[in-house]
Amino acid sequence: MSLFWITAIMLGGVLVPLLTERFGRTAVTICTMIAPAVALTYVISLTPTVLDGITVVERLSWIPSVGLDLSMRLDGLALMFSLLILGIGLLIIIYARYYLSEREAVGRFFAYLMLFMSAMLSIVLANNVLQLWMAWELTSISSFLLISFWASKTESRKGARMALTVTGAGGLALLAGLLLISDIVGSYDLGVILASGDTIRDHALYPIALTLVLLGAFTKSAQFPFHFWLPHAMAAPTPVSAYLHSATMVKAGIFLLARFYPVLAGTSMWFLIVTTAGLITLVMGAYVAMFKHDLKGLLAYSTVSHLGLIVLLLGLDTKLATVAALFHIMNHAIFKASLFMAAGVVDHETGTRDMRKLSGLWPYLPHTATLAMIASASMAGVPLFNGFLSKEMFFAESLHQETLGYLSWMIPVLATLGGIFAVAYSLRFVHDVFFGGEPEDLPKTPHEPPRYMKVPIEILAALCLLVGIFPSFMVGDLLASAASVVIVGNLPYYSLSVWHGFNLPLLMSVIAIVGGLIVYFYRNEVYRFQFQFRESDAKLVFEGVIQRITAGATRVQEYIDNGSLQRYMALLLLFTIVLTTVPLIDLEISTVIPPDQPVTGVEIVAGIILCLSAIGTVIFHRKRMFSLILLSVVGLVVSVAFARFSAPDLALTQLAVEVVTVILLMLALYFLPQKTLIESAPSRVVRDLAIAAAIGGIVATVNYAFITQPLDSISDYFIANSKTGGGGTNAVNVILVDFRGLDTLGEILVLGIAAIGIFKLLAGIRLSMTNADENGLPWSKDVHPPILIMISQSLLPLALLVSFYIFLRGHNMPGGGFIAGLITSVALIQQYVAHGVDWIKPRLKVDYQSLIAWGILIAAVTGVGSWFFDRPFLTSWFDYFDIPLIGEIELTSALIFDLGVYLTVVGATLLILANLGKLTSVRYRPTMEE
Amino acid sequence: METLYVICVGVVTFCGVFLCLRGRTFSVVVGLTMLSYAVNLFLFSSGRLSLRGSAILGTTENYADPLPQALVLTAIVIGFAMIAFVVILSMRARADLGNDLVDGRDHPDTEKKVQAARGKQ
Repeated sequence: MSLFWITAIMLGGVLVPLLTERFGRTAVTICTMIAPAVALTYVISLTPTVLDGITVVERLSWIPSVGLDLSMRLDGLALMFSLLILGIGLLIIIYARYYLSEREAVGRFFAYLMLFMSAMLSIVLANNVLQLWMAWELTSISSFLLISFWASKTESRKGARMALTVTGAGGLALLAGLLLISDIVGSYDLGVILASGDTIRDHALYPIALTLVLLGAFTKSAQFPFHFWLPHAMAAPTPVSAYLHSATMVKAGIFLLARFYPVLAGTSMWFLIVTTAGLITLVMGAYVAMFKHDLKGLLAYSTVSHLGLIVLLLGLDTKLATVAALFHIMNHAIFKASLFMAAGVVDHETGTRDMRKLSGLWPYLPHTATLAMIASASMAGVPLFNGFLSKEMFFAESLHQETLGYLSWMIPVLATLGGIFAVAYSLRFVHDVFFGGEPEDLPKTPHEPPRYMKVPIEILAALCLLVGIFPSFMVGDLLASAASVVIVGNLPYYSLSVWHGFNLPLLMSVIAIVGGLIVYFYRNEVYRFQFQFRESDAKLVFEGVIQRITAGATRVQEYIDNGSLQRYMALLLLFTIVLTTVPLIDLEISTVIPPDQPVTGVEIVAGIILCLSAIGTVIFHRKRMFSLILLSVVGLVVSVAFARFSAPDLALTQLAVEVVTVILLMLALYFLPQKTLIESAPSRVVRDLAIAAAIGGIVATVNYAFITQPLDSISDYFIANSKTGGGGTNAVNVILVDFRGLDTLGEILVLGIAAIGIFKLLAGIRLSMTNADENGLPWSKDVHPPILIMISQSLLPLALLVSFYIFLRGHNMPGGGFIAGLITSVALIQQYVAHGVDWIKPRLKVDYQSLIAWGILIAAVTGVGSWFFDRPFLTSWFDYFDIPLIGEIELTSALIFDLGVYLTVVGATLLILANLGKLTSVRYRPTMEE
Repeated sequence: METLYVICVGVVTFCGVFLCLRGRTFSVVVGLTMLSYAVNLFLFSSGRLSLRGSAILGTTENYADPLPQALVLTAIVIGFAMIAFVVILSMRARADLGNDLVDGRDHPDTEKKVQAARGKQ
């Protein structure tokens, strides 16, 4: 068997309760327990190996090139946690069977619980930090599901949301921290990371990495100032609280601290932060716990306090403190789980958890009371119970450290103070509930719970005693094994025994117990003192903060996303300016800028026409028709420029597209207002001019920067192989239909999609149009002038012939499918303009949508065809044939591909224009605007 | 020559951007058309400006770079499709909303028209 099976079995176990729910609550409980029981058995079977000091590591390669492996690790620390998680988990399942009522969805509950258990196990068994983090997040999410199990209650939902927000945010910090650490070390593997402690601590980024990891740990383990979520998570069903706040969830943060102790600890920064957070949490938690009237609230703050104690121990600079921390992790898990379960029994049997109502339950629940008293004694640190041992070690170590320099004496003093509070609240838990007169006004008459509901508590209470009396026999080896993983170097000497003679730590214990008794005896005075302070509800504060953040985000969003295209554009462009200016300033001006090529007068004139007509388009943009004409001049000069600079294909394409575009825009203008009113404020115009000038300047600069660099192009390959590989002498066309044929296929697809999108947009459109031009002159009555009809009709065959010629010669001379398609379109559109849609429709029965479809299909099939000859997609074929009378001709598969391009271009262009033109026809003629 | 070329590209970009920032659909469409000229010229010039060097084998000694030409050729066609789409979209917007504004402000008659259009469906 392999360690991977543990996770696999546990994850499989998530489904078990869902599948077996219909067989009844007992059946589902037993079936659910199978997976953890098997996993526990397997872990126990590995225990001797691990206790011998061997670390079991297993790997599954996933993406080895980037260091992503699935990797599991079972060492002493993981073993200790696995035993706690699985052992207490099994007890929780039994307990929950009796705790949840018959109406509740037991299957769902157990499924969440199993998911959480699997996640928790995956954290402790992970040997890859990313894997660890994934599991970490999974615990946050599954604990959210568990806490909000009673989702109908507001407090459940709010508590769950708060837990998720706090631990989730911490998880993000942890991710950043882990990535930093992995970056420093160069590996995600935990084994490698654990071996490079010095590298990490000496690195400049160590303080940041440490802070981030500590944020993750402190949020999860409810350390001050992130402790507030834990008490609110008490809205969960008690089995969940018993599990999450004893052995798991909150211990994940502690586990993380222990796991990374060898690499992150040892610096003064670690000691200072961890000690301070632990100390504050310890004292504050214990103090607040005394005033909680809710049983679970008391236990919640007590948990916060004990977590603070463990964190404090990890922050003290002695090796023994670390041993004590690990020991207390076990002890706390055992007694706290049993206390929560006992509180749950009381709640279950009496119907309330309010200690002001509860009293004198001893005669009704003698058995439960005994168990609760054992666990409380352990929590208070009474001798012969397990809590005493680790607390005694804690007191001893608080005396032996020098963490805070001359102020180190504060730690034992505050530790004792925390001990006093702990005794007081433990006493309250027992005395207020089980003694102090007959209970009154209880919602239910209490009696002992079902037999098996108490079994888990009995087992844990027995463990409290056994560990408390025979510590080294029970847990000595396990603790040593776990400590050897956490502590670098040799383990310090320590003895796990109840009696260490009369010494200072014992005195501190005595002070704590006596002091606690005194505080409890005078509790009414203490309460009176405390209740003069107004209690602040963490929930309200938290919700307020969240609401403020949401409101702020909404304001930002409303500012950016206000529905104004102008604002979007302006923001986008400003962002572009910021992004581009910085690298442009840093760009070194090359010392040798080759001189410009000489300019002829023609070029200067063309440039001036271009600039003037572009600027004219802007100046006259309110006179729409006029600016459109100027725009077409710009396009014309651009196509002339292409022709001048050795790009005949581009010149032809640009020219044809220009014609189509202008016709389209004129058609559109027919349905749009002829004039633009002055709307922009002068300040807005200035702003836009500034933005436009900046962008124009940047574009020109970048263009100049690269245009003056020596050309180092990959195009030599295309030129060299155009004839031999593609069978054509026009390199541009060969690139389009052969070398980069797949791109072209994609592009005609886009063209087709755009055309069909337009077709859809025009469907059912209700337009209004003007009956006069911008100067108030009515439109000409002569819709289809005869001269235009005559000329265009006679030109049609010629134009089609030209386009056919251009298409055929495209492979070797300027031309090809795109250009030929555009020429054909222009010729046909001219017929539409001359005759009108109504005249063309019965004469030209072509469905443009199918033309597009056929075009794309032909192009794609040509590409697929090469598969039949075992060639990659779109490999072209060509050969030369000698045909009598005509001479030698070349046949090539690229021509068929180009035919596809041709058809698509014709189909798309005409689909757009003919559909728009159709709206002007008699049938569709819209209502006139007044 | 190069200086003149980039000045022209800069001016066309400037005009295109300014028009794109106007508050009416038609200006935006004209601006986009202008911008696409500028972008095509910009991309085209990455193959440098060569005279009498069309990339037709056997016609010259120094061939112009055919790759930017092929890219720009498809860009011109796609650019046409995009402008056509935007222009039809703005017509549709005018038909459904009753105005051709893109300034994001609420126009009282807009709401009425939208509700009327919804009611008809």
